[in-house]
Amino acid sequence: MATELKVAWGPRKDNVYLGKEITRLDGVEKASGAAKYAADANPKGCLFAKVLSFKGGAGKVKSLDLSEALKVPGVKAVHAFVKEGDELQWDGALVAAVAAERQEQAEDGVRAIKFMFDAMEHFVDEDDLKGAEAAKRTKAPSERSKGDVDAALKSAAVVHKGHYGIATISHMCLETHGSCTRWEDGKLIVNHSTQNVSGTPANFVSELQKQHNISVDAADVTVLCQFVGGGFGSKFAADDWGVAAAKMSKEAGRPVRLMLDRATELKIAGTRPSGFVDVTIAADKDGKIVAWDSHHWGSNGGMKGGNFNVAQMPYVFGFDNLKVKGTGIMTNSGPDRAWRAPPHPQLCALTDTAIDDIAAKLGKSAVDVFLANIDKTPEKLQATYVAEIKRAAELIGWAKKWHPHGKGGDGDIKRGLGMALHTWGGRAHAGTCTVRINPDGSVESLSGTQDIGTGTRTAIAMVLAETFGITLDAVKVRYGSSVYPRSGPSGGSTTIGGVSGPNRRAAISALGKLFDVVAEKHKVDGNSLTAKGGKIWSGTKEICTWKAGCGLLGMMGIETTGEGPKDDGLTSEQVGGVQMADVSVDTKTGIVRINQFVAVQDCGLIVDLLTAKSQVYGGLIMGIAYSLTEEQILDNKTGRYINADLENYKLPRIGDIGELIVEMYQPDSEYERGVIGLGEPPVIACGAAISNAVANATGVRVPTIPLTAKRVSDALKAAKA
Amino acid sequence: MRSFEYARPETEAEALELLAEHGGNTAVLAGGTDLMNLLKRDVIQPARLVDIKHVSSWKGIKPQDGGVLIGANTTLDEINEHALSADYRSLIDVIEGIRAIQITANGTLAGDLCQLPHCWYFRNGYGLLAMQDGESLVATGDNRYHAILGNSGPAKFVSASRFAPPTIAWDAKVRLVTQAPSAGEGVATTSVKEEWLPLEYFFQTPKTNSQGVTVLKPGQLITHVWLPNASDTRSATYEVLELCGLDQPQASAACCLGIDGGIVRSAKIVLGHVAPTPWIAHEAAKWLVGQPLTADIAETAGRMALAKAMPLSHNDYKVQMAETAVKRALLKATNQLDEVL
Repeated sequence: MATELKVAWGPRKDNVYLGKEITRLDGVEKASGAAKYAADANPKGCLFAKVLSFKGGAGKVKSLDLSEALKVPGVKAVHAFVKEGDELQWDGALVAAVAAERQEQAEDGVRAIKFMFDAMEHFVDEDDLKGAEAAKRTKAPSERSKGDVDAALKSAAVVHKGHYGIATISHMCLETHGSCTRWEDGKLIVNHSTQNVSGTPANFVSELQKQHNISVDAADVTVLCQFVGGGFGSKFAADDWGVAAAKMSKEAGRPVRLMLDRATELKIAGTRPSGFVDVTIAADKDGKIVAWDSHHWGSNGGMKGGNFNVAQMPYVFGFDNLKVKGTGIMTNSGPDRAWRAPPHPQLCALTDTAIDDIAAKLGKSAVDVFLANIDKTPEKLQATYVAEIKRAAELIGWAKKWHPHGKGGDGDIKRGLGMALHTWGGRAHAGTCTVRINPDGSVESLSGTQDIGTGTRTAIAMVLAETFGITLDAVKVRYGSSVYPRSGPSGGSTTIGGVSGPNRRAAISALGKLFDVVAEKHKVDGNSLTAKGGKIWSGTKEICTWKAGCGLLGMMGIETTGEGPKDDGLTSEQVGGVQMADVSVDTKTGIVRINQFVAVQDCGLIVDLLTAKSQVYGGLIMGIAYSLTEEQILDNKTGRYINADLENYKLPRIGDIGELIVEMYQPDSEYERGVIGLGEPPVIACGAAISNAVANATGVRVPTIPLTAKRVSDALKAAKA
Repeated sequence: MRSFEYARPETEAEALELLAEHGGNTAVLAGGTDLMNLLKRDVIQPARLVDIKHVSSWKGIKPQDGGVLIGANTTLDEINEHALSADYRSLIDVIEGIRAIQITANGTLAGDLCQLPHCWYFRNGYGLLAMQDGESLVATGDNRYHAILGNSGPAKFVSASRFAPPTIAWDAKVRLVTQAPSAGEGVATTSVKEEWLPLEYFFQTPKTNSQGVTVLKPGQLITHVWLPNASDTRSATYEVLELCGLDQPQASAACCLGIDGGIVRSAKIVLGHVAPTPWIAHEAAKWLVGQPLTADIAETAGRMALAKAMPLSHNDYKVQMAETAVKRALLKATNQLDEVL
């Protein structure tokens, strides 16, 4: 009788690896510099490309002459992204590229390009709705409503009107966007900095055909990416510069590496859109919110005029009486790309701040008001939210430290607390994999996934080691090549489910086949067999070692495939998460410092507790960045992205992070949910939690995030006036 | 970056000769911590970099004329660790505030004094004064980090030097050298022209893009900084830093105080990052003399120092910030500053 193994995760108490803190398998490679990124690719004969980008708010191409660039020593290929008459709609828009023997020769080539443009009108003030309307830069608003807002406002105990905002930020990957392309016997090979190994070959094929009339079969394109220095939602495509590199590579008959320079990266490699809102919010005397009336606007750049959907506001809470209006404005700024949890950080920053202000108006603690309204959150998350709020409050000492808004101390330095909560889906993406058991007992997993720094390789090894009862070093995880079985793009917190599900399924299938062989040899029932501790057991009786069992397989070993997602309980979706901040504000300089930042986060069954916590730490650090200092600054005068450098695009330093306290919410009920993605959630609530803490400290709402010294000082001064 | 010649002299005379060539279109490479940024962004285009790190006579700290002489090649870490520096508390305050090992290990005091403005229009290629079609981009654009004092002329950037406020407050002098005209026709020897200048006269507010932010002429450089005797003087610098790490101060103030019997007998207060040059608050310092240094007195001195502030459209917030820097520098110098962020 063939062995029939149930597809499921094992009992939690029996796990050797799952849920434990396992250091990532590629840590030493990364820390030592042995890990090779696309930016490190340097095949024999490689040319290095640099881009000429537009320096202005908006303009029309008058002339573009690359001939002088071609005369520069070392220059081997040039490429024009635009032609005469084309419009360039944002600072940093690509004009041309030059590939040369050395990087500085490519820069000389870029300087030799003759490029003229006629300036056009620009509009870049994303907060200025009236100005945008006057400049005809708005799209028709969308609206939705529910219940009777006007009646609810009349009967409410308190009504608060507020303005809130969150500025645009840029993707800031440590490894900028780019690729190293080469053609070998008509086949294209790309070392690409990507979150989408399996999906990018087809994108190269279609864009090469469309943009440059170059034909290549998808079967002849290989995309490679073993390591990527950050993506966060911005690295899914071949990108115009990657396609240009492939084109120049073909022309020059040489490999071409084109990585964007830092300024261009900030300007065109994707932004997280801005959001601003005017809110009227009302509550009864117990803090139950009875009405919400809001109008939000913002820009997603690229002259698209997009803005988040009215169905998404207010965030998480479905109040009974609602009016929501949203307007997109068109600004001359680089287009957006998905940025970690799009657009939840903005939604949360525009919702949970207003809830905090109504709590303050009632003289109540924000914790009490959030709890009073938990019945308006999705039903399946309510118990989780309550538990997480209580736990976060314990961890930060809310009951002891909390004071009403504006009672943060007598001196120049005021201290305060704030909270916010969030949700995210995190469902597994579609993915396949191959799992092999070799006759020598070694195990392999092959899939066209990628490890964007989150620990995918480690997680796959843990799943296989757990399933087969072997050690981690017996598992070889192969990924990062589009020749492997296709796996989904790493975005939206979908990868952990997207790889753990298929690998578990394939491994269980392979284990069943191995048990068939072992059972026959040792005359036992295959269904009585288990694999643990490097041995195969029938009940409590040791049958053979893992290696000896595998030795029965013959030369071919076992190869199985796994797919996902499936409704077998291995993965599921939707998490909550609660964050609380304790901050100090220097009211004389406007400087805000984080004292403590607490995150309590659920994510179903945790594969690697260490990398899960690392995700949350990373989310909090990114959150502190965009809450305090990180923003795109567009100069109204010139239309330029004026702070596109690492001096003025201010990211926090280690000292700015404060004490981070991360706790994974993991009762058995979470384990039973299966694996859920975690990448996005921890970055969502940071802005609102920190803004609320500053408001609690000072008694003044600083409307727009990030809470720079200037914004805090300006708000405090305005409040005094 | 563009190609350039690289020269590595070992003596003062060699260095000056190398700097004088190319019509003086040369740049001094000391720590290089900001020079590399300027080169990469193509803000400056020197034909030659003269690496002065190997001119041994420009290195080290030693007592001189009752004070201390610091060579231009002395790194910030070396200053921080030297016994003779300990009395110059206000300089140590700045070094401690840099919080970036790359800067403190390589950067030099003289290099900091010669830093070009960090104005984002300047660094984005609009020229030192950022004028376009006869109009100041700073005046009508995003001037949040720009000057609130001394900004009525075309220059509206802020002086970038972090050490100028404390060193000027100490009445420091700098040794400037340049190549002297050759002794006679056909004589290939070079001689050195030397002058000692009070540091407060080193900085200037340019009125055109071709004027510099200091009095340095092409081919000229600082070789030494001399600080007077530190005894009986209390000093401190307070920098307003948004980030707890490498960051440009948004305002700073340094002071040197002589206090006897609880009464201020002498005072000098210098602000940084508020004007195109380091800004000496003469009236506030004069007013302090003869008074006890209390928190209220310090606060008033801060207000007096900024009394003539003329904020631009987006930097009103810097006025209180700078007032606070003055107040806190005075309190810090007298050990009265409570814990701050």
